[in-house]
Amino acid sequence: MRALVLGALRRIAITIPVLWAVASLVFLLIHIVPGDPARQLVGENATEDQYQAVRREMGLDKPLGAQYLNYWQGLFKGDWGENPVTRQKTLTRIAARYPATLQLATASLLLAILISIPLGVTAATHRGSMIDGISTLAALLGISLPSFALGPLLILVFSVQLGFTPVSGSSGIASLVLPAVTLAVAMSAILTRVIRSSVIEELGEDYVRTARAKGLPESRVIYKHVLKNGLIPVVTVLGLQFGVLLAGAIITERIFSWPGVGSLLIDSINERDYKLTQGCILVIALTYVAVNTATDFVYRFLDPRIKLD
Amino acid sequence: MSPITKAGFVIAGSLVMLAALSPLLASWDTVQRQELTARLEAPDSHHLLGRDQLGRDLAARIIYGARVSMLVGISVVAISSVLGVIIGVFSGYKGGWTDRIFSGFLFNVFMSFPGILLAIAMVAFLGPSIKNLIIALSVIGWVGYARLMRAQALKVREFDFVTAARALGAGDFHIIIKHILPNSIQPLIVQASLGMAGAILAEAGMSFLGLGVPEPTPSWGKMIDDSREFWFTAPHLFIFPGLMIALAVLSFNFIGDGLRERLDPKQDR
Repeated sequence: MRALVLGALRRIAITIPVLWAVASLVFLLIHIVPGDPARQLVGENATEDQYQAVRREMGLDKPLGAQYLNYWQGLFKGDWGENPVTRQKTLTRIAARYPATLQLATASLLLAILISIPLGVTAATHRGSMIDGISTLAALLGISLPSFALGPLLILVFSVQLGFTPVSGSSGIASLVLPAVTLAVAMSAILTRVIRSSVIEELGEDYVRTARAKGLPESRVIYKHVLKNGLIPVVTVLGLQFGVLLAGAIITERIFSWPGVGSLLIDSINERDYKLTQGCILVIALTYVAVNTATDFVYRFLDPRIKLD
Repeated sequence: MSPITKAGFVIAGSLVMLAALSPLLASWDTVQRQELTARLEAPDSHHLLGRDQLGRDLAARIIYGARVSMLVGISVVAISSVLGVIIGVFSGYKGGWTDRIFSGFLFNVFMSFPGILLAIAMVAFLGPSIKNLIIALSVIGWVGYARLMRAQALKVREFDFVTAARALGAGDFHIIIKHILPNSIQPLIVQASLGMAGAILAEAGMSFLGLGVPEPTPSWGKMIDDSREFWFTAPHLFIFPGLMIALAVLSFNFIGDGLRERLDPKQDR
């Protein structure tokens, strides 16, 4: 138990410099704006007084060091800035949208797992056959199909032609189906490949031969023994892919007008609300780091031979 | 070479040709000429892929869209691979603290951002243009090459022939150029073709979000976004550009996947 706690603490300690660097990168973003971000925000027609007021409000009149310090203080105090025009708080706007993004990403993740386990296992157990070839081809297709072409196609068929689901928005479970499917396709393709490789590797192990020699039915060998071990490496991929889902959600949310952090990010860019853009990027990146750290813990629980370092 | 890999080479080659020969296949005037009375027209014998929401010829715009796709893809692969190779080889070959700073910290930080998010962030603040798009996608792209080359450098530097070369007085630069790089070319080609697929998809995605190529240059991703209001009344406006993106990405994935299997028959088999 003590080793586990120490391992966990060590893993969190490794995350700290990464978090610092991620947050610092986000801070620096506003300083790569060509010209002056305050000028960009108020536009060419603003008076000098208006420009100076916005500049002061954004904290851009202070030296870089002081801005950096204020940024960190703001992060810890929960003061992530506000829109200079509408006075809406950045953190409040993000908090209102965050659950929708998590809902979409989680639904896609579950859907991808449901699709990829039977596909990956079937491809592995029929290695070299036509089923395996089709599964490989389908996986490559899934990775290559742009969500912003697949999404409209799904809406056209299932919402417009068949009337099964709403065209856009987030009104109930039915409206979650198409965005979740759109987002899950690429991930299912990747997961299918990983599960296939992992199961193939496990099928060559001694314990599988023993299980078969004992006369266990093949389905029991696969689903009770092979899959249990074969899914361990898949957990890491799931963690990494969750980040891809979060990023992919930016596009999917735009296709389906899904009210998540991704569509808020694009709104903030169009509104030139730099604080909000920074906030959205930071939240997505932090979620990604948190999910990957959590994945490492799960990985450790599933396979005690692996040490957290 | 498997039929899928061959198909990949044929499609990718055709797209590169389409991009290179686009001025001969359609004039810039055709790309831009608007005929509002003929907007959203379905494909016919004069306009093989129909017309868009401003009555422009969709086929001509798709041909010119290939230029942007290939230009961005090739530039991003070139810049990020050179950057990644230099940093990766340096990190792996030097080892010690240099390696700890690069692979233990810098690689981790860049991997802590979902790639496209960092690209969106950069273009959001730099402003949309082809140049900024290439910079942003290269900034997220180099890490993959760097990790690959670091692993290759770590492996190859322990080989006997490298020890022998060093014993004969060969310098670091000589060992890197003559031994480490030639032994890493094959996985590098695989990474580059998969990187090309990723860059094409990312360019289209960024353009779809309004963070890619600005008007009047046609880009496949932007064509889909611009026609948003007409997706269901004139589906050819998103289907044809979508098909082109899928074909381009698929062809480079076919090549990368085929070459990877050839390179390492144990993998995935």
